[in-house]
Amino acid sequence: MLVTLTINGQIIHVERETPIFEAAKKLGIPIPTLCHHEALKPYGSCRLCTVEVVKNKWPKLVTSCNYPAEDGLEVKTDTDRVKRTRKMVMELLLARCPHVPAIQQLAQKMGVKTSQFKKKGDEQCILCGLCVRVCDEIVGVRAIGFVGRGTEREMNTPFGIESDTCIGCGACTYICPTSYIEMVERPDAPGGRSLNKGELTLDSCPNSYVCENCDREQQFLLETMQVIEKFRRENEKRRSEQKV
Amino acid sequence: MKKIKSSSDLETLRQTILNKGDHKRQVVRICCTTGCRAGGALKIVEDINKELTERNLEDKIKIKKTGCRGFCENGPVMVIEPDDIFYNKVKPKDVPGIVSETLVNGTPLKRLLYIDPETRKRVKSEKDIPFFGKQVRNVFAKLGKIDPTQIDDYIAEGGYTALCKALTTMTPVEVIETIEASGLRGRGGGGFPTGKKWRSCREAPGIVKYVIANGDEGDPGAFMDRSMMEGDPHSIIEGMIIGAYAIGADRGFIYVRDEYPIAVEHLTTAIEQVHSYGLLGEDILGMGLDFTIEINRGAGAFVCGESTALMNSLEGKVGEPRAKYIHTVESGLWDSPSNLNNVETWANVPLIINRGAEWYADTGTDTSKGTKIFSLVGKVSNTGLVEVPMGITLREIIFDVGGGIRNNRQFKAVQTGGPSGGCIPANKIDMPVDYDTLKELGAMMGSGGMIVMDENTCMVDVAKYFINFLMYESCGKCVPCREGLKQMYEILSNICEGHGEEGDIELLEGLASFIIDASLCALGGSAPNPVLSTIRYFRDEYEAHISRKECPAGVCRNPRIIRALEFGCEAPLKFYEHCILCPQFSEGCLDLAMSTEILEGKKKLVYSSKLDSEDSINANVFKCTTALSYFEKSRQLCGREGRCREEGFLIDLLAGSKQLIYSNTALLKKR
Repeated sequence: MLVTLTINGQIIHVERETPIFEAAKKLGIPIPTLCHHEALKPYGSCRLCTVEVVKNKWPKLVTSCNYPAEDGLEVKTDTDRVKRTRKMVMELLLARCPHVPAIQQLAQKMGVKTSQFKKKGDEQCILCGLCVRVCDEIVGVRAIGFVGRGTEREMNTPFGIESDTCIGCGACTYICPTSYIEMVERPDAPGGRSLNKGELTLDSCPNSYVCENCDREQQFLLETMQVIEKFRRENEKRRSEQKV
Repeated sequence: MKKIKSSSDLETLRQTILNKGDHKRQVVRICCTTGCRAGGALKIVEDINKELTERNLEDKIKIKKTGCRGFCENGPVMVIEPDDIFYNKVKPKDVPGIVSETLVNGTPLKRLLYIDPETRKRVKSEKDIPFFGKQVRNVFAKLGKIDPTQIDDYIAEGGYTALCKALTTMTPVEVIETIEASGLRGRGGGGFPTGKKWRSCREAPGIVKYVIANGDEGDPGAFMDRSMMEGDPHSIIEGMIIGAYAIGADRGFIYVRDEYPIAVEHLTTAIEQVHSYGLLGEDILGMGLDFTIEINRGAGAFVCGESTALMNSLEGKVGEPRAKYIHTVESGLWDSPSNLNNVETWANVPLIINRGAEWYADTGTDTSKGTKIFSLVGKVSNTGLVEVPMGITLREIIFDVGGGIRNNRQFKAVQTGGPSGGCIPANKIDMPVDYDTLKELGAMMGSGGMIVMDENTCMVDVAKYFINFLMYESCGKCVPCREGLKQMYEILSNICEGHGEEGDIELLEGLASFIIDASLCALGGSAPNPVLSTIRYFRDEYEAHISRKECPAGVCRNPRIIRALEFGCEAPLKFYEHCILCPQFSEGCLDLAMSTEILEGKKKLVYSSKLDSEDSINANVFKCTTALSYFEKSRQLCGREGRCREEGFLIDLLAGSKQLIYSNTALLKKR
């Protein structure tokens, strides 16, 4: 079902529940973001893609990456409130990671020169969660995740030890916006490469990325078939019992 | 056990329980929930039972382990019926006296009766105590009366009649209409109309629907949900079954934090017992309703009280909130329509069904109906749980029910609504307590925490405390809440330590409105409230910290400053004063270097050359007598031999890591 909404006064028709971010993209309206990727489900953690929507005459700030389009929605991407919010996000990120080039460049682009906050960190990770989500949603191995909460939150492997589920695909290094996770050459690792997240090394592909030799997929299919068979059998059993 | 299949079955069962004759005997009701248990209630019960067995009185006197009466300050408490004698601060050693005097002879033990602080007279009954007299106990009515582990007790008090009434005489829509008409609003924080929520959940498309009870109470100093779950779990369960019938749900969850082991235990027992009576499970009361309740134990994260984080946690995921642009009543737990209410809200439901919406709406104000349970804590005389009608003034709660401020101090402010609520100052004390007034005042109802503060409280320090709590309890997913609260805490602690700068208040205000605007969930959306409300009402205190570098309440201390007044013993202070005035001080005084080594414990001072060794210094090498006379005082004459706070100050001052300051108006005022 198509719905009609306006973004900065321009009318657009999109499929219902399309995120505003995608709709704006179609109109060529740029919205900055750090935690959104087209291949992944929206997460809404960086709040940089904040826009103002007017619904029932009541304006409110929402994140465009996960706000669903609906009929008659009025979206504004360049009001003062939006600009102020984005600027504040950038200042906070600059205070967290003052030495990360990607953040510096984005801040410059948005006209943020310095952060007014005194407490400066020296982090490289902005906790956008792209790596964690790509490992879960695309690769499906969940070798990395978030550890801790609040100010102690960090990206790591379970228990901070070398992961035995990591296949060394490197998707996390590819998607990381701040180059916090890097792929490093390591002769002693089985595939010749391994992931380096600080002091931590992750296993690489045991088959040196020759997928034909990989039995993981076969094994996965086999296990899935077994589960399906089991369900079928149970269902039939239940049905026959009900008939009796 | 015979299953209950109709209202008449339930009535028959009730009569059977009443005819057993328990009510005719003498009954001793002892609170055995967390507060009183910590005070030794279980030992008291054990001792009384032993004493009764010895005197062969078990058949005449019944001991009941009940839920919380709310008067936790004076626990363990017990009530002896039918004489209605109320004992407080009972100890195991009082047991023989209670049995021989009160239970056998019927005379009250004077020393265990409550003393009315105003008249200074001993009060015999609960109803004569001002703390109880001013309350209206509807939701809490059964707490302190029934044994929460016995479903029969609950049924004897008229339990599950509301369920029978709703299922057999009302349609689901009629139930929702009744709840809507009663004006009941969510007791967990937001105050959303419960009936409206139920209606949206009922009307949301979906075959599978869930009802959830939120028992993840995480506010510091609040424990009404815990008492509710521990003391009257059946009210919650009954409310949930009625809710499930109205909404069309077939599965329910109770989310309890695992720090509440007694609540988990009592809820588990209660659910088992309800199942055995057939009021949970398949085809309840023969009306075709299938409903089960499961208990989910939370690992004690404050953020899991937020609806979407709670549902994530129920699904087995990390307890992080998700975007609520589609409401949970439409897509919540496992993307199905889910209705989440606080346990206190659920406990209100049977009352409304039984006594009708009009009766319920009679109590309260225009927009807030019924009664609310508050956890009254802080610098107030009677701390505990109080149930009062909506619209009561803060003054009545704090001074009439709470008995005023401790030690006759001045009332300064009250923080309502938990850590993300706001501080209401003394001049607003006559405002009525309801959802909308509290919101206007910059605070909120929250789950009902009420922290009372006296004149010796620094409001900047209070704001700092709550922001620190929220900073650690934030899930850390979104930037405004995680990074914003971190910066906010930094600014506040700078102000407290005397490093505040001009413009800090404006920076705090800007940051606060940004965090409220841009955060993902309600935790961030309400986190700046303590800062905003303290700036709104106590701006002068912030200014005193920033421009005059002093704390009007005398609480905040700069960790790099030692005040001369803090020295209880003057010997170290005199030593430092002598040294600092001596011209040698800045030119590397050898005697000072040696005394520092002695002060730090690296070397020992000896007086005889016979005892000389590598780790000792002989007294005769000292040229200056200041150091020597100090060591004589501190090592020879004082029993502590230098192991004291003051000498710690001296070491810090000599090392230059701290600074000595002579005046502090606030500290002087206090003295």
